[in-house]
Amino acid sequence: MARASLDLYRVEDLLTDEERLARDTVRDWVEARVMPHIEAWAWEGRFPRELVAEMAALQLLGATWTEYGLPGLSQVGYGLVLQELERGDSALRSFVSVQNSLVMYPILTWGSQEQRDRWIPSLARGEAIGCFGLTEPDFGSNPGAMRTRARRVADGWVLNGEKAWITNGLIADVAVVWAKDDSGSVAGFLVERGTPGFAAIDHKGKYSLRASVTSQLSFSDCLLPLSARLPLANGLKCPLSCLTQARYGIAWGALGSALAMYHAALDYARTRIQFGGAPIAAHQIIQERLVWMANEITKGQLLVWRLGRLKEEGRATYVQVSQAKRNSCWVARECARLAREIHGANGIVNEYPVMRHLMNIESVYTYEGTHDMHTLILGEHLTGIPAFLPPCQGEP
Amino acid sequence: MNLCVLTAHVPDTASVIKVGAAGNRIDETGLKWIISPYDEYAMEEALKLKEARGGTVTYITYGPARAEAGLRECLARGGDAAVHVKGGEATFGDALAVARVLAAAVRKTGTFDLILVGVKGVGSDNGLVGAMVAELLDIPHVAGVTKLEVGEGSLTAHREIEGGAEVVTAPLPCCITAQKGLNEPRYPSLKGIMAAKKIPIQALSVADLGLDEGTLAGAEAGCRWRALSLPPAKSGGTIIPGEEDPAGAARQLATLLREQAKAI
Ligand SMILES: Cc1cc2nc3c(=O)[nH]c(=O)nc-3n(C[C@H](O)[C@H](O)[C@H](O)COP(=O)(O)OP(=O)(O)OC[C@H]3O[C@@H](n4cnc5c(N)ncnc54)[C@H](O)[C@@H]3O)c2cc1C
Repeated sequence: MARASLDLYRVEDLLTDEERLARDTVRDWVEARVMPHIEAWAWEGRFPRELVAEMAALQLLGATWTEYGLPGLSQVGYGLVLQELERGDSALRSFVSVQNSLVMYPILTWGSQEQRDRWIPSLARGEAIGCFGLTEPDFGSNPGAMRTRARRVADGWVLNGEKAWITNGLIADVAVVWAKDDSGSVAGFLVERGTPGFAAIDHKGKYSLRASVTSQLSFSDCLLPLSARLPLANGLKCPLSCLTQARYGIAWGALGSALAMYHAALDYARTRIQFGGAPIAAHQIIQERLVWMANEITKGQLLVWRLGRLKEEGRATYVQVSQAKRNSCWVARECARLAREIHGANGIVNEYPVMRHLMNIESVYTYEGTHDMHTLILGEHLTGIPAFLPPCQGEP
Repeated sequence: MNLCVLTAHVPDTASVIKVGAAGNRIDETGLKWIISPYDEYAMEEALKLKEARGGTVTYITYGPARAEAGLRECLARGGDAAVHVKGGEATFGDALAVARVLAAAVRKTGTFDLILVGVKGVGSDNGLVGAMVAELLDIPHVAGVTKLEVGEGSLTAHREIEGGAEVVTAPLPCCITAQKGLNEPRYPSLKGIMAAKKIPIQALSVADLGLDEGTLAGAEAGCRWRALSLPPAKSGGTIIPGEEDPAGAARQLATLLREQAKAI
């Protein structure tokens, strides 16, 4: 039983039957399996690990590839799947984004046959969980300056350094870790859980993405076999291209959060009565807020749909992906804020989904390139002038 | 084991239903269509039987062009073949006409050990088609099945009856109608969804079955929908303030329940 979802511009007609069915399936699944419990999970700060097998059964893990018998879903179809997951909660969408775009994608793209055979089937079945370690405590927006080092020794690599804010870190069976080699070039490594010298601990005290695992990874003289290196990954452009994949999905996912907030606000505004027996939706000031949300969501839907079709044709650029990630997260963040205002005091309690989305979206706005970083990427594209470094400083 | 599932495409149960201009049909604009929820139990049971014992699952529907999407949705969960008898506008809501078309389609499609149907189509809620198809095919049927065991050449079916349960055995071939509780329908997987579009759907007209839809809807019609109306809007309800005088409020409530609502 699928719920209504805002579609003012008949984007529905731009989808294939398979895309619609994939979306509706995930929407029904989220409604049945996630919504009854998500407030409790977020409150307890618990990732619903038991759902991984169910998401794998739906074949959400590895959805867009055809290798290893994977389903080969279209990019738009995949976007819709993520939209529905994040309509439920950003934590679920984050899990799937990491597993697909940040773990399976690099292994499929730069991994050896042996690495692919070893990990892709079990990651797709949800029997193995992956994480992606790029960010460090001192290097977030500027990962190129990372400190983590991989030193070549006779029989392998020795990894030293710290990674921070790593989604799935503590529960991961395999970590895709980015480190500089002896020549200073960024290389990728598959580090298995339990490797001596590798430890993960939880980031405590999160108010956001509480139903997701976020961890710190540390490597101290962590000896890896030669075969741990992703043989074809060379340079910072590799982790950045993983981010482009993940950002594409976030551009869709964040709109799912925005849709959840719009529908929550609309329902509330139609039923909450104040001043003279009329619902608050009868006030122009409330309507203006609902219209703002619907208008921005509609523009966002057309943007991500077009981006998806370009991606299917192999024509999407990282600049377009940045623009869409930036726009959707901004829209979702504003929608959460407006929905919270409309909910009044009820907007701060977990009887309504609003505060949870509002807090979640702060992470989504920041990770995978902050809003500012995407502004600078677009700014560089438009002007030809990179503005990442403060003008007073030269090269780092 | 050759299994056949008869399925109908119905408006999403979450839809807001409006009466159409003609007054005897619902207004279909903007409606979202789904597999009738009881058919999902029939489908799941067929897929489980196929998984356990081998064989094939064939879906048959009778409906307008849009019903093809319903068949694709069935195929996305599993199954081998699908038949779409196009039409159904004129015979809409006439269970006997629908059953005649479906029985003829079953005969034309193959021989089946078991035919599974939803206990009723959500929306018209007649609960007649499955039993009628069985009668027209001259095979036994068990209605409203909540548990099914299929043996060699026979089945044992549990059905809920007023105040108890009934256990029925019947020889195969047989027709059962599926009731809520029979199983937990699966979700289609993405691979199933992608594979479903590659399975050809056999399209038939009512005439291909040797029947005439005009006659079915005219001279031979079992029933016609004359008029549809929505239930009256619920009134706002009555609030009896109780803080000042709870005992008085309770008395007033009892009076209203007895005299106005006639509930006690
Ligand atoms: C819940 C969560 C999960 C995460 N999961 C992962 C993961 O799985 N893997 C991973 O590698 N990372 C992950 N991250 C890390 C995330 O990608 C970083 O937090 C992000 O890149 C920002 O880095 P930072 O936090 O160090 O902020 P900083 O880079 O220190 O930025 C702080 C502020 O300064 C601004 N700023 C920085 N540089 C500039 C500039 N040149 N011009 C203008 N403004 C600037 C930023 O926009 C921001 O507002 C996660 C983060 C969170 C919160």
